[in-house]
Amino acid sequence: MKVSKEKIGLAVTGIIVGLSAVILTIFGNPKNMGFCIACFVRDMAGAVKLHSAAVVQYMRPEVIGIVLGSFFLSLAKGEFKPRGGSSPFTRFILGFLVMIGALTFLGCPLRMVLRLAGGDLNALVGLFGFTCGIAVGCFFISKGFSLGRAYKQNKVEGIALPVVNVVFLVALVAFPSLLAFSESGPGSMHAPILLSLIIGLLVGGLAQRTRLCMAGGIRDIILLKDWTLALGSVMIFVVALIGNLVTGSFKLGFTGQPVAQTSHIWNFLGMLLVGLASVLLGGCPLRQLIMAGEGNTDSAVTVLGFFVGAAFAHNFKLVGNATETGPNVYGKSAVIIGIVIALLIAFFNSRIKEEK
Amino acid sequence: MFEVDCRGLSCPEPVINTKRALKSHPEGVEVLVDNRVPLENVTRFAHAMGYNASSVEKEGEWRITIKK
Repeated sequence: MKVSKEKIGLAVTGIIVGLSAVILTIFGNPKNMGFCIACFVRDMAGAVKLHSAAVVQYMRPEVIGIVLGSFFLSLAKGEFKPRGGSSPFTRFILGFLVMIGALTFLGCPLRMVLRLAGGDLNALVGLFGFTCGIAVGCFFISKGFSLGRAYKQNKVEGIALPVVNVVFLVALVAFPSLLAFSESGPGSMHAPILLSLIIGLLVGGLAQRTRLCMAGGIRDIILLKDWTLALGSVMIFVVALIGNLVTGSFKLGFTGQPVAQTSHIWNFLGMLLVGLASVLLGGCPLRQLIMAGEGNTDSAVTVLGFFVGAAFAHNFKLVGNATETGPNVYGKSAVIIGIVIALLIAFFNSRIKEEK
Repeated sequence: MFEVDCRGLSCPEPVINTKRALKSHPEGVEVLVDNRVPLENVTRFAHAMGYNASSVEKEGEWRITIKK
């Protein structure tokens, strides 16, 4: 039966992602950060000097691998389809907002699951916020929210983002002096390039096949009572939890957690913004990387929004030091304004007005 | 048969549009998609709702026929 095949695929992918995350932290990635699309894109923005926060600069091969893994596999399976034009600039703004929310919480939805598996209870607060944000997004979707149709694009447009990632990889391996690298802090902690790249390729390929998505999992439960997609996230949690218990990295509590802050309200609101904006975008940051690899240029623009959002977050000091107790007044304002902007985008792209 | 054009729409919109169409046309609908993800999701949704779903591909587009 087709349905069970999908579930098996998602379960296997979840297991491999969870295992990979544990392996990457053993080999040098920051704790509970085997993967974090938000943190990694932020590090990459730092590596190309879009921001100059010295502790978060590194060209993360995991992200390059995920995009290229999706690209090669979609190409091989005949699913590579250059398309775009579904409100690209609105998506850029939503991508920007996802980053503001994620960097306030200190993690994308995938890292939220990994933090939870490491015993970080702040991630539980984040999960509540994320779920609330998704529920709000689902309300607008049920009211006919749409960013419009995407149309066929030419091949050059479709391969542009994968090619940029190849350029990043070449820069990292052959011309590292062009890039900025952290000497301390999370940016200085990383697994060997080859291991990161191979795991990235593997995860990118698997996620492309199975459509793994953290936001989509919860969205499908709320909107369609369908648990299929959520199975992936559940398996990531279970395997990473076991991995952390075995390696002794599991530590239950709110305080003293690696790369985390302890303000409940801002962890909640940060992830609410991520959930809301992700649902409006049709997928979490990981899923955006995968779709960008499949030739979806709207997702490529969204990824660009992540980069610019990360740069703004650090250049304007909207996100604070990981050891602090939450964002400063600018960061708080950014999250509130971000939620308002996301709600306005949701409202004006829905059919609520017409129904009245 | 009532036709739902979901070409160019990203998930979950094709599923939501199908759900809405089935509400007003419970006897069955035809859904047009141009991507494998909505093809899988709409088909899965139709099965979950107790319908039969079959699809025909033509030049990178699929016509999914959903009926009891």
